[in-house]
Amino acid sequence: MLSRTADHMYWMSRYIERAESLARLVDAHYRMSLLPHSPATLAQSLSSTMTALQMEDAYRERYDTIAPRAVFEFVSLDREFSGSIISCLRAARENARAVRGSLTSELWETLNSTWLDARALVTRGAANADIGQFVEWVKERSHLTRGVTIGTMLRDEAFHFTRIGTFLERADSTARILTAHQSDLKPGADAGAVPDPFEWTVLLRALSAFEVYRRVYRNVITPVRVAQLLILRDDMPRSLIRCCKEVYQNLKSVTNEHSAETERRAGGMHAMLHFTRMEDILATGLPEFLEEFMGKVRDLGDRIASDFLVPPAEA
Amino acid sequence: MYLSDGATRPHYVSYGEWLKAQPADRLGRKRAEADALFHRVGITFAVYGQEEGAERLIPFDIVPRVMPLEEWIRLEGGLKQRVRALNAFIHDIYHDQQILKAGVIPPEQVLCNSQYRPEMQGVDVPGGIYAHIAGIDIVRDDAGEFRVLEDNLRVPSGVSYMLENRKMMMRLFPELFSSHRVAPVDHYPDVLLDNLRSVAPTGVADPTVVLMTAGAHNSAYFEHAFLAQQMGIELVEGQDLFVRDEAVFMRTTQGPQRVDVIYRRIDDDFLDPLVFRPDSMLGVPGLLTAYRAGRITIANAIGTGVADDKSIYPYVPEMIRFYLGQSPIIGNVHTWMLRKKEDKDYVLAHLPDLVVKEVHGAGGYGMLIGPASTKAEIEKFRQMIIATPERYIAQPTLALSTCPTFAGDGIAPRHIDLRPFVLSGREVTIVPGGLTRVALREGSLVVNSSQGGGTKDTWVLEA
Repeated sequence: MLSRTADHMYWMSRYIERAESLARLVDAHYRMSLLPHSPATLAQSLSSTMTALQMEDAYRERYDTIAPRAVFEFVSLDREFSGSIISCLRAARENARAVRGSLTSELWETLNSTWLDARALVTRGAANADIGQFVEWVKERSHLTRGVTIGTMLRDEAFHFTRIGTFLERADSTARILTAHQSDLKPGADAGAVPDPFEWTVLLRALSAFEVYRRVYRNVITPVRVAQLLILRDDMPRSLIRCCKEVYQNLKSVTNEHSAETERRAGGMHAMLHFTRMEDILATGLPEFLEEFMGKVRDLGDRIASDFLVPPAEA
Repeated sequence: MYLSDGATRPHYVSYGEWLKAQPADRLGRKRAEADALFHRVGITFAVYGQEEGAERLIPFDIVPRVMPLEEWIRLEGGLKQRVRALNAFIHDIYHDQQILKAGVIPPEQVLCNSQYRPEMQGVDVPGGIYAHIAGIDIVRDDAGEFRVLEDNLRVPSGVSYMLENRKMMMRLFPELFSSHRVAPVDHYPDVLLDNLRSVAPTGVADPTVVLMTAGAHNSAYFEHAFLAQQMGIELVEGQDLFVRDEAVFMRTTQGPQRVDVIYRRIDDDFLDPLVFRPDSMLGVPGLLTAYRAGRITIANAIGTGVADDKSIYPYVPEMIRFYLGQSPIIGNVHTWMLRKKEDKDYVLAHLPDLVVKEVHGAGGYGMLIGPASTKAEIEKFRQMIIATPERYIAQPTLALSTCPTFAGDGIAPRHIDLRPFVLSGREVTIVPGGLTRVALREGSLVVNSSQGGGTKDTWVLEA
């Protein structure tokens, strides 16, 4: 397939996944804001999340203080801010439009109507009036998009590039959410008092991991187990290891004559997680581990771009 | 639809009865349904000069234009004849120029034309076909005769609306298609692909065909994506292609892949920055070298604009006689060429009654419709004509035929034209009908989508 087509497919699915990740974070914090507890905790969580997502500077340009309501609107609805949910939906749709002939009509229509409806919701003021409902809707649209992709697309290169985009974005997103909560995940934090349960709720809910946690561990929430679940559990769909596995497998299906090194690195990331114990990660230090992991995700993204999506001229 | 005595024309009788039986609000509802569907599917176009990324619908009219088979057969014969002659003309111009030597057309009319491409002189193209896809605009005059208003031989567009309008009509009013034998059009992409494959460079057994677009911001982008999808070929931009050793390749995820035929939807000027506009970011450097070496087919060929220019149009009937030895089945609209003194004098004396067009204009821009213009507008054109008469032609204001059209509060007559798409490859093929464009504003004669025109489904009725 055309490199440019693959590039648009890849970014289309990255943007949809990014919109969903943001919607999950807003949703979790929004629920937290409805509960009667310290506003300082909420503000702290929002602040560290925005830092981890590298959104804080853009936010500070417009607002002086971290106010939940302002953050929700900024992250969800600000069309001027290129990192917002609404901007991601637009970017996904623009990428889809550039290759609409290579998408199934169901997939194109899903992405197109998601954007048209989102724009209408914002213009009508319905999204501002009920942010909780809006982000819920965004999650549903993302689920629908993924379902339509899997349910209608030929299992060809185009499909594999959309999957690579999805899982690379998800790996990055999970790593960032963990980074935002790393202070709660320090080794030894589980030895003493139970940490703020609201914090855990936010983290786990944002990754659809709250119920999963209960199911898997049938035990009280401890930082080590949370980290274990979100980093090393292969059956947890948003865990780092799961994302790496999917990226590696899809990459193998699109292999070309330049891509051996990229595949080796993707396989290496998966193998590293597969053969690592939580104790090892905590011994190195979780922040350092996450930092290194995100660096590898970036590297992989760059390599995929030069091997497949934006080949150097005359290649 | 109606004869001058108010009776319904025979091929409209059955449809007319159906229309009369429709409850008033049903048509309005169906129209709203069509708009919602077009938006969702993204059948939109961009309007130049409007906000970046603005996408609009081409208004779709739910009342079809109906044409009996006998009329279509005659029209089809005339169109095939005309396009054969036009292709022969372009071939001749870029080879021996016999028509110029014979004095049928003044040489300076052709050789000094900005659309004449000296780069094409002596270049042989497969099958001698230059205009693989031609959109011929047809009107019916006050005597009921079909006439050619304009030939579009460069990158004619609109065929996707012909196909989508039919799909929409079948979705909205399936019952009409069981009670009427409407000739199908949906094989158009197959015929087009077959034609494009048939003109691949010699020796290529299984040619790779691509469709080249200027990109997602081009006004006709929907059509480009649609046709590429329907034909199952890659939709490429200039940046996706490169030339190496006089061969054209596209950049794919599996490395370079050879391309044999380019169905291009961008103008000559933008094709190759080394030869044409050096500032063009849309083209492929070196494309013309590959083309001249016969390693790639470009459809339509480079340089077809010399034959669809409004200053050449008046000579097309002569071309038909010269190359085919036949008399034209469909005539032209009478045209005054303002570079001729007697024509200019006549036109300047009758400006309020005439339509004046710029020779190189397109899309309904740069024209004067005398009867619909203010004194000031007419004066402005008068000055422009006096300054550079060779840049203009004039035609009588035709009493274009009208067709019933849904106008918000009911059915009313509106002016229409017809653009059939003539495909040339191994043979010349036309799917029955074409794109009917309709001037939606009451009394308006301009059917261009950029100027408030809409489209309708076109039915050739087999019985």
